[in-house]
This record gives sequence, C-alpha cells and structure tokens, in this order.
Amino acid sequence: MENDKQRFKLLDTVYTAMMILPIVFGIILKIFTTPLSEGISISGAKIFFTIKLPIQDLPITESQVHSWLVMISITGLCLFLTHGIKEKADTKRQHVAEWIVENAQKLVDGNMGEYFSGFAPFIAAILGLSAFSSLLALFGLYAPTSDVNVTAGWAILVFFLITYYKMKCGPVIYAKSFADPPLLAPLNIISEVATPVSMAFRHYGNVLSGSVISVLLASGLQGLSAIVFGKLPGFLGEFPFLQIGIPAVLSIYFDVFSGLLQAYIFAMLTMLYVAGGFPADEYYRRKALNKS
Amino acid sequence: MLELAIGIILGSCALGAGIAMIAGIGPGIGEGNAVAKACEAIGRQPECKGTVTTTMLMGCAVAETTGLYALVIAILLIFVAPGRLVDILMETIK
Repeated sequence: MENDKQRFKLLDTVYTAMMILPIVFGIILKIFTTPLSEGISISGAKIFFTIKLPIQDLPITESQVHSWLVMISITGLCLFLTHGIKEKADTKRQHVAEWIVENAQKLVDGNMGEYFSGFAPFIAAILGLSAFSSLLALFGLYAPTSDVNVTAGWAILVFFLITYYKMKCGPVIYAKSFADPPLLAPLNIISEVATPVSMAFRHYGNVLSGSVISVLLASGLQGLSAIVFGKLPGFLGEFPFLQIGIPAVLSIYFDVFSGLLQAYIFAMLTMLYVAGGFPADEYYRRKALNKS
Repeated sequence: MLELAIGIILGSCALGAGIAMIAGIGPGIGEGNAVAKACEAIGRQPECKGTVTTTMLMGCAVAETTGLYALVIAILLIFVAPGRLVDILMETIK
C-alpha cells in the first residue's frame, strides 16, 4: 500500500518534469545560441546543424527542435492527466481529461457526422499541437508555427487525407469531379492544389505577422523611451521604461488570441474538407441501390 | 555603377512590398461586412450568439487569406528577395 503510493507520486513527478523540462531546455538553448546584438533582428528559424544525406541535406532547425519539445510537453500533459484514472471520476485531473475528450468528440461529431467519429484523436492532436506551438511564443521562444515548413507539413498531411477520402468513392468519380463543367478543369485542379497552400499560409502568416509587429513595436518603444526619458541621468536614461508592459497587451492578442483562433480554424477546416470530400450517407445509399 | 544597381534592387523590393500590401484593403472591407452582419444577427436573435460568433470568426479567417498572401509576398520581398537578387547580379558581373 505504502509502496504503491510512493510509486504513484514518483510517476507524477516524472510526468510533471516531462511537461516543464522541455520548455526550460528550450529557454536555455535559446539563451546560449542567440548572439548578443544591438537593435532589432527579424530572422527565420536558426539552423542548428545539417545532416548530410545523399539527395538532399537535412537541416535541423529551431522550429523542428521546438516542435519536438512541444510534443514531449503535450505527451507529459496527457500522461499526467490520465494517470491513476478510475472508472468513476473522483480526482480533478480526471475531470479535466474527461472534459477534453468529451468536447473533442462533440466537436468532431457535430462537424463531421457519425461516419468520421474516429477522427476525434487526430483533430484533438492537431488542435493541441498547433495551439501549444503558438503559445510557445509566450516564453520568448521561436514559435514553430511561424515557420512555413511546419504548417505546410500539416497542410500536406491534410491534403493526403482529403484526397484519400475523395478517392474512396472510386477513382473514376474522383477524376470526373474535376471536369465538371469540362471547360473549368484547369481551374478545378488549381483550386484543389490551393487548398493546402492556403491552409499553410493562413496559419503561418497570422502567427508570423504577429511576431513581426511585436518586434517592430518593441523597437519603436525603445526609441520613444530614449526620446522621453533620455534626459535622466546615468542608467535611468538608457533604460527603456516604455517597453515594460505595453508589448504584453499586444502579445495577448497576437500570441494568445490569434494563435488559439488559428489552431481552431486549422482543425475546423480540416474537418470540413475531409468530411466534404466523402459524402458517407450518399455513398451508402448508392451502394445499397447497386446491390438491390 | 554597382552601388546604383544594388540601390535600385533594394528600393524596388521595398516599393514592391508596399504595393503588395494594398491587398490589405480587400480583407478589411470583407471582414468589416461580416462583423456588421454578425452584429445584426446577434441583435435580432441574441440567443444564438455563440453559433454566430464562431461562424463569423471562421468566415473572417477565410476572408483574411488573400491579405495573408499579400503579406507573405511582402515578407519575401523584404527579407529574401534583396539578397537573392544581389547574388544574381554579382554572378552576372563575373
């Protein structure tokens, strides 16, 4: 009995460490790899090192490393929430876990219909990964979603899903859907390709524009406080007083609200496109008609 | 002469980025219309505020896409294009 309790507490500590340590590691890595610089710098993801491969070199960038950290962190959170789960919920964490699962299921069922109810874990994973990646900017780290490669990867995955479900009705019907009406076939193909492009650019553009505007505002406030408080003697004259607090207000909109909204929209569009690609009811009705 | 060429490249990139962002007008008008209609709908039927708000945010995000295309092009023109174009210029001079 005593032994069980100790083991439970030990595992709890391990899971909590799994949640927190990746972010601490990311901050330490950021501190050690960022060179001291004057003024503002807007740059893309830093390349840590490059793995030499025969066809194409594989660069390991900041956005990749940070998204791995987010994945470990989310895994830790999930393990922590589901640790010591019982048939009847009596702990707070189990209530939270059940609330998350129920809401994800309800969201998927409401938007995709009965046939796609198995999609709930996938949608919840996209939602969680995207939201936590954007929220990583709150710790001063590079948000992986402000790199177009990350969001493009997700969008390509979604594109494969859409194509799979469109193919499910039959390749001939899929090919025919482009030539309807026949004159507009090129436009239909372009709009098919535009789906992942627009999904990737929407998410990446929103997060990146927020970070660019934040950097511009911070540098502007530095200049303004140099003008306003520049006459003060010594250290006080150099200290950017206006940079305290004011960028945080903008950060609430750009990092928290916009990041969460984009995560929600990415998941929502995934659901709509996948569910729209395969009309399950019509498919089964047609199948039943063919049999009889 | 080389300075002039590089100056023209940098200036044109900055001008192009500015002109590209004129596309921000479209999403602004579109989203304004969407929010106005959503406010009307909520005023008429306050009980379906939640549904209207989520649908409106969704529509706003989709309408924003054209503006974001312009933003991506502007960012490419400012941060990526000048370096590339100067490299190409150097290679052609050699």
